Amino acid sequence: MRKYLHVLNIGIQNQLVYRVNFLFRACFGLLPLIAMISVWRTIYSGQSNDVGGYTLSQMISYYLVVTLVDMLTAVNEDDWQIAADIKDGNISQFLVKPIDYMRYRLCLFFAGRTIYTVVAIVPVAIFFFVQRQYLVLPGDAATFGWFALSIVMTALLQFFSAYAMALLAFWVLEVSTFIFILFAFEYLAGGHLFPLDILPPALANVLNYTPFPYQLYFPVSIYVGRTSGAALYQGLLTQFIWVVLAYLFARFMWARGIRKYSAVGG
Amino acid sequence: MDHEDIKGRGEVATGGHGDIRPIALSLHPQVSLVTPCLGGSLRRYASLYAAMWKNSVVREMSFKTNFLLWIFVELLWFALQLSFFAVIYSHTDHIGDWTKWQVVLLIGTSHFVQQIFQALFLTNITQLSELIRTGKLDFMLLLPVNTRFIVSLRQVDLGGFVNAASALVVIGYALHRLDITPGMGQFACFALLMVAGVLIHYSLMLLLASISFWTVRAQSIVWGYYSLFNIARFPDAAFSGFFKVFFTFAVPMLLVANVPARLLAHTLTTPARMVLVALMCVVCFVVSEIGWRFALKHYTSASS
Repeated sequence: MRKYLHVLNIGIQNQLVYRVNFLFRACFGLLPLIAMISVWRTIYSGQSNDVGGYTLSQMISYYLVVTLVDMLTAVNEDDWQIAADIKDGNISQFLVKPIDYMRYRLCLFFAGRTIYTVVAIVPVAIFFFVQRQYLVLPGDAATFGWFALSIVMTALLQFFSAYAMALLAFWVLEVSTFIFILFAFEYLAGGHLFPLDILPPALANVLNYTPFPYQLYFPVSIYVGRTSGAALYQGLLTQFIWVVLAYLFARFMWARGIRKYSAVGG
Repeated sequence: MDHEDIKGRGEVATGGHGDIRPIALSLHPQVSLVTPCLGGSLRRYASLYAAMWKNSVVREMSFKTNFLLWIFVELLWFALQLSFFAVIYSHTDHIGDWTKWQVVLLIGTSHFVQQIFQALFLTNITQLSELIRTGKLDFMLLLPVNTRFIVSLRQVDLGGFVNAASALVVIGYALHRLDITPGMGQFACFALLMVAGVLIHYSLMLLLASISFWTVRAQSIVWGYYSLFNIARFPDAAFSGFFKVFFTFAVPMLLVANVPARLLAHTLTTPARMVLVALMCVVCFVVSEIGWRFALKHYTSASS
């Protein structure tokens, strides 16, 4: 276990190098968020009824919390690095060392998210403060706890699915297009663009059978109070099952890929 | 809306077009290295550019599957933007004074500008930080051509033209739904506005990339680009106050697609807006040239 703590430590030191990049990203990332909020404000001011049961404050809070969850859990460059490690033959060393590559990458992922959050929290907090009149808080402490638990599972699900996708590099030379295609679906079906429950109910139901909502939408919906009671526990269980499935799939991909691996350039 | 921006994450990590092959072209026998007069210089740059085109076509055609897959990825993201507004318009019938098909027209227009920009400039400019990091910029500075020219135009991304065509289809369909048949004059103005839009994108992107002379890696710059230029496809009526002023007069993102879309949709209140686009285009270009020269002055070679 201690060796992974070392990896975490080294990862954090490495990531610190990119603090200016992270700040740059976090600040620019606020622009589309402002645009999105402006669009919804204009829509709400032009009509008297709610949109899909969301008040304006709930709608804006939705996007604010999406930003927060994204900051904490989004896979940044991990998938590109994993694919590059395979292509360049860098993973050979992990095959002979007593280090598990997946745990190694998971440590680096956590290190990256930690540093990103530490840097990005400044502009994000300022922005939250500016928008505070619209920011609704969860009803009670328990909701907040479930929200936090769900974020952890979201992070794991994000990581395992990105990891499994990156392992495609064992078979194809150029994985980026596949990553983008999956990412496009995740963007739409994960709730980045709009809350999924403003979709027609039939469509929203279908999406619930995919892992995508659990990669972002689910924790946010807990926060804004759209998922509660029995649906909450059922959702948490479903999310947990998706995490386990993604983990097993990633392990499976690795086991198959390693057989194909030919250590180019190692 | 930040759906396309993350896409920038891998843009640089992907192509691996980091080599400087096209540079060899300047030594190509048919390209004269002397510049006797302005006409000759223009001809020389034209033949240089033609050679770069040829090189790009050869390059793209050697990775056919990848070429097609990238077109598919771009189409998918385009569809994503459209579906976002489709969902919004299932809950409302107007954003400010913009109706549904007018917004579709706007998204098509913004996509068109962005794809043409991508085809001609994007890959080249995102490579700038890599050229600086590896010291390859030294070679370019030594070439007997304008460095900005070679840095900006080395490669052509042909997929961008295919995707620009898909944007035209969407624009055409939106016009059909709006029951509008634009006249020749409108078409001409629209085309000019498109050129101005692409140049505005280009100037701003070069300024953004010039930051990498000091710090910040390419991925973050592409990311910044997508975040910034995303704003172009939002209807201007959604904004007010400082944000609107800033993105009209400082970073004219709210002019690039909104003005031409309004022109076609007959909702342009005054032709002065079109003059403003032309004016901002010139301003952006001049500022980017100043910024570029300033950045070059601070260039200290990285490795060699």
